[in-house]
Amino acid sequence: MPHEDYLNARYGIRSWLLTTDHKRIALLWLGSVTVFFFIGGLFATMIRIHLLTPTGYLVTPETYNKLFTMHGVAMIFFFLIPSIPAVLGNFLIPLMIGAKDLAFPKINLLSWYIYMLGGCFVLYSFATGGLDTGWTFYTPLSSIYSNSAVTPAVIGIFINGFSSILTGLNFIVTIHTMRAPGMTWFRLPLFVWAHYATSLVMILGTPVIAITLLLAGLERMFHLGFFNPALGGDPILFQHLFWFYSHPAVYIMILPAMGVISEIIPTFARKPIFGYSFIAGSSIAIAVIGFLVWAHHMFVTGESVYAALTFSFLSYLVAIPSAVKVFNWTSTLYKGSISWDTPMIYAFGFIGLFLIGGLTGLFLACLGLDIHIHDTYFVVAHFHYIMVGGAVMGYVGGLHFWWPKITGRLYPEALARTAAITLFVGFNLTFFPQFILGYLGMPRRYHTYPPEFQVLNVLSTAGASILALGYLLPMLYLTWSMRYGKVAGQNPWPATGLEWKTDSPPPTENFDVTPEVTWEPYDFKNRPDLGLTAGAPSLAPAHGDD
Amino acid sequence: MHRTGELYGQFETLEQQKETAALGMWVFLVTEVLFFGGMFLTYTINRRAFSTAFGIGSNTLDIKLGAGNTVVLIMSSLTMAMAVWSAQVGKKKLVSIFLIATLGLGTVFLGVKAVEYKQKFDHHLVPGRSFDMKYHPAHPMPGDDLEELDKEKQEVDKAFAVDPDINAHGQLYFSLYFGMTGLHALHMIIGAGLLLWLIKASFAGRFTPQYNTPVEVVGLYWHFVDIVWIYLFPLLYLIDRHR
Amino acid sequence: MSEHIVSPKIYLVIFASLMLGTGITVWAAFRDVGKFNIVIALVIATIKATLVVLFFMHARYSPRRTQMVIVCSVFWLAIMLALTLTDYDTRPRDSRLAPPAISHLLRA
Repeated sequence: MPHEDYLNARYGIRSWLLTTDHKRIALLWLGSVTVFFFIGGLFATMIRIHLLTPTGYLVTPETYNKLFTMHGVAMIFFFLIPSIPAVLGNFLIPLMIGAKDLAFPKINLLSWYIYMLGGCFVLYSFATGGLDTGWTFYTPLSSIYSNSAVTPAVIGIFINGFSSILTGLNFIVTIHTMRAPGMTWFRLPLFVWAHYATSLVMILGTPVIAITLLLAGLERMFHLGFFNPALGGDPILFQHLFWFYSHPAVYIMILPAMGVISEIIPTFARKPIFGYSFIAGSSIAIAVIGFLVWAHHMFVTGESVYAALTFSFLSYLVAIPSAVKVFNWTSTLYKGSISWDTPMIYAFGFIGLFLIGGLTGLFLACLGLDIHIHDTYFVVAHFHYIMVGGAVMGYVGGLHFWWPKITGRLYPEALARTAAITLFVGFNLTFFPQFILGYLGMPRRYHTYPPEFQVLNVLSTAGASILALGYLLPMLYLTWSMRYGKVAGQNPWPATGLEWKTDSPPPTENFDVTPEVTWEPYDFKNRPDLGLTAGAPSLAPAHGDD
Repeated sequence: MHRTGELYGQFETLEQQKETAALGMWVFLVTEVLFFGGMFLTYTINRRAFSTAFGIGSNTLDIKLGAGNTVVLIMSSLTMAMAVWSAQVGKKKLVSIFLIATLGLGTVFLGVKAVEYKQKFDHHLVPGRSFDMKYHPAHPMPGDDLEELDKEKQEVDKAFAVDPDINAHGQLYFSLYFGMTGLHALHMIIGAGLLLWLIKASFAGRFTPQYNTPVEVVGLYWHFVDIVWIYLFPLLYLIDRHR
Repeated sequence: MSEHIVSPKIYLVIFASLMLGTGITVWAAFRDVGKFNIVIALVIATIKATLVVLFFMHARYSPRRTQMVIVCSVFWLAIMLALTLTDYDTRPRDSRLAPPAISHLLRA
């Protein structure tokens, strides 16, 4: 490409490692989260192979404990939580609001370095004995009895928390103070609303896990007694502190994905999103109510019945704004002109799988049911439907949707659609049997199981191999497309966001002239610049709008 | 960092830059509230469960030093606010003076804390193997008031009668004491570092009525650290003092 | 942050109030009012903190957004404390935190 963009503006490794350009930083993140995805995936592979037989032949029981722990730690803290915000959020938020960069570009870079430092500690922990406490680090196993490398891991996650905090801080301040003229709050893309809500959760929740892990680490090192019953401490206190963050953390993982879906659906239905302000408001509602439900993870561990009742009720409340979103996305599709581009396949996959994951969450929130299905594969299936079927599909779909903007290239469409379907099929084959297994009583975190569960476990492992293929394909063809893909124009889909009004890839300063926004979001009808001709059947009638 | 009046690339106006810096610090302080908050929660749960141990633990703290430190820290908040004012009205020399005063008072605070910590070491009140609430009353140190010590011995014995596991529960109190004041002291040390950087810049005359954002922003941080202590003092030093 | 310059006089008044508050807190700690001791201590601390936030930190003169930020942080802390206490406060009496005497098991 003859013109200068952020990719070719400067060369050399220093220009990447010392960059303050949010777009380059996003690519640094893309590389690192992909590495951790592989690491977490490696552990998952070993788990699924081990579970092919009831008595487990691959690893010892102690090692098995380490596998599921390290899978969880790598995936949650080092892949899922950063993924969409740090890769897509960093890249897109300034573009979407018409700014030249985030509010604090150097803090943005610092955030990545802090993540890398935290990651080093955790990898050191993995390499020097692993972790066997579960990603939940329940005391007193983690604080006293575990012989695994808990301390470096806890330090690593503690450090990593600051990365999250700084990213959230940057986003909140940016969205408040750096919007272009005319970009009012209710003209913001829903992706931005989603990240604002996510950032609220990041800054309010992450400090609590930081102090919790600090206390647990200190307890392990200096034999304090907060979580040790022998000294008068209470393990349940650890759980309260831990879940106060870790439940909202799941909203950190899903809200950005919902933001992605809210961008993809109107684009490929060629229709304004239905209920814009409700979707925006529901993001904030999820962030807020999400902080009120944490002890639903502790129904059977020893909290009082009255607390359990309170949290069960609140957990039902939090489902409401999520449902609002699903209804609005579906309504957007009604009388839209749907095109089955790859991002749209991921979006459809998201809606269906998130629906199942979300509804099964309600099963778990019901006290009477939870007594039976807590700590079974039912829970495992539930959260994988949300985190993989939801969040990861949102991430991969978003990568595809914005790939032309990020790289200036198109990926091979046919191959991409095949990969999306492969991923969907593989995912369901992996995790749907686990709902049944959990219902039938197979406990989670066990290295063996009764022989009558073998068929379902084998199906699950088979599905995992297909799922792996579904992940591998995009890694290959997306990389390939960076060099050999068709050159994308400014707005290949076309979509209505401000990011599509600048070149692909964008120049370092994002916009040649600071834009002035005078149009409403997703307004396909009143955007002649998108080149959608009047005769096309694609433009939907005005009713059905917010 | 910022040079006087220089606009950073990502901003359109100086006003936007100033607004952004201030909001950034406020949002950061939110994270600090929740960070300390986790320890306050731990404190709350443990105090309600072990009120005797917490009472007796609190009484071993030197209230004069604690109250004195509170006064010192509040004074430092005053001098910090005055430093901001001095910059706003263009009195550059005063900016440096008030910043140095703030740093000085902060250092006094940390010095007193060090003295208190040493006392705890000497009295075997640091959580761990050698923790023993009965130690100090049984082993007078130079400078101790023997009458006070005798009263303390009686209180400790009374407490043991109510709660035979005082040595275990007392460790929880002292873990929280060291944890919370330690974390607070760490924040003060960081604040001292920030003040040093500000003092250096103030000597170069950088802070003017048009540009004093760093002073204001560090001030916000410093005041927050003061607020944490305003809560720590009564919660740690003033439990069951009337007994 | 607003351009409103707060006068040193106000700072001194606030400082004096904070000193007074500290004095009252210490004095009140030595009076026995049962469970109100902690209430008084926390109320005074909160008044002091509010004065620092409003005047030293200029919250009184700051835009609405800053005030919202402050309110939210306090609110979230309150949520964390209140909802956790719904567990601890409703536990059956006989399973209170303190286990039976175990001091004979300590001192390894």
